[in-house]
Amino acid sequence: MLREALIEPIFDNNPIALQILGICSALAVTTSMEVTMVMCIALTIVCALSNWCISLIRSFIPNNIRIIVQMTVISSLVILVDQVLKAVAYDTSKQLSVFVGLIITNCIVMGRAEAFAMQNRPIPSLMDGIGNGLGYSIVLVFVAFFRELFGSGKLYGVEIMPLVTEGGWYVPANIFLLPPIAFFLIGLFIWALRSWKPDQIEAPEYKIAPNSRTPVSEMS
Amino acid sequence: MSNDTIGRTVIVAVSVCIVCSIIVSTAAVLLRPTQQENKLLDKKRNILAAAGLLQADKDIESQFANITPQLVDVGDGQLSDAYVAAEYDQRAAANDPQLSVSLSSEEDVAKISRRSRYAVSYMLMDGDKVDKIILPVHGYGLWSTMYGFLALESDFNTIAGIGFYEHAETPGLGGEIDNPNWKKLWIGKKIYRDEQNVGFTVIKGNVQPGTAGSEYLVDGIAGATLTVKGVDNMIKYWLGKDGFAPFLTRLKKEGL
Repeated sequence: MLREALIEPIFDNNPIALQILGICSALAVTTSMEVTMVMCIALTIVCALSNWCISLIRSFIPNNIRIIVQMTVISSLVILVDQVLKAVAYDTSKQLSVFVGLIITNCIVMGRAEAFAMQNRPIPSLMDGIGNGLGYSIVLVFVAFFRELFGSGKLYGVEIMPLVTEGGWYVPANIFLLPPIAFFLIGLFIWALRSWKPDQIEAPEYKIAPNSRTPVSEMS
Repeated sequence: MSNDTIGRTVIVAVSVCIVCSIIVSTAAVLLRPTQQENKLLDKKRNILAAAGLLQADKDIESQFANITPQLVDVGDGQLSDAYVAAEYDQRAAANDPQLSVSLSSEEDVAKISRRSRYAVSYMLMDGDKVDKIILPVHGYGLWSTMYGFLALESDFNTIAGIGFYEHAETPGLGGEIDNPNWKKLWIGKKIYRDEQNVGFTVIKGNVQPGTAGSEYLVDGIAGATLTVKGVDNMIKYWLGKDGFAPFLTRLKKEGL
């Protein structure tokens, strides 16, 4: 059960690839690996702790204010993470700027609190939070890997392909630095994942009718 | 008892709020000194980096020890001691109607709308002579206000370096204003054609070395025309007659 809660969200029930949640930050912070890693760690911590806290008090939360209680807990945790980052990793927190604050609105955190933590005991909820954080991280790292490599010829700030602008040979593909490419990369990730695990493919909502042909004689 | 009674709802809401606010405010108070220190250190590092003085292996505080911050009255170019230079916050002052002047649209080439009365300049002293002076500059680029430092040599005309410490331009395009190779092009370029006229320009395309006036020109950045235009405007404003020109002219004539 615990193992399941931790492992399942990584590939089998990935929050980004299967539930298509939390796309916004996946577009915004993935231009460099370093920033992405900090964002992933921050989100995993927030998601795990918020799940744990909400699960702890789940039996006291009145049903009609549950969302606002979840929100309060999540935003407090996000402020906490933001403050710690500013004190410990100032440079990265400068680069992440508003995006740490925007973890509050990340659908994954809210979604897990509402869907899992409200019905489960604290420890499985904690595991579920970590698992979903990892699921989010794996997609972000995948996207950031390609964006940083092809967009600036670097990985983790270390030069892999020397840029033309710095006297090398690689002409950077600027589209990799712009947000839309993240959509393509996430799309490719989902494609690869669903080819590997075909049971994730949703049943089509409608069928395209075969080309209907009206015999010429019946046309007026 | 059901959770949904009014009493329970109020109790839960109030206690969640109290617990959360205690945690958040404790963290904020405890971490504030470290954060402030980081911010200050970051600023000092940027000042050193703009002047090309930054040595990565040395402690920033000790490197900064030779640099004296001085409060300048931008309007008349006199040094001032209205505030403690090391603690003066120019950005806050620019938003305070008491401490700033509103700029008309012709004056406001850098699109900053208000300019603080005072600015802090940083001087690297050699005895009682100024060896390098580092001036704060800011202006609007394509998406964001870009904040940076411009360092000048002791003739107050030759650029010793430029650096931006805050902007939100597109990485890889406008963000290339942080590219060390581009910033290197600035070093040695001249600002003033004569007394108060800024000749310095960031052009579109490449500068032909050796042509007349090329000492005033720096290459643009491909794909970042508007950001670079912003940088150009920023320099024109801050070193022009509404910016630091009176101060620099006075320094040249009278010394400190």
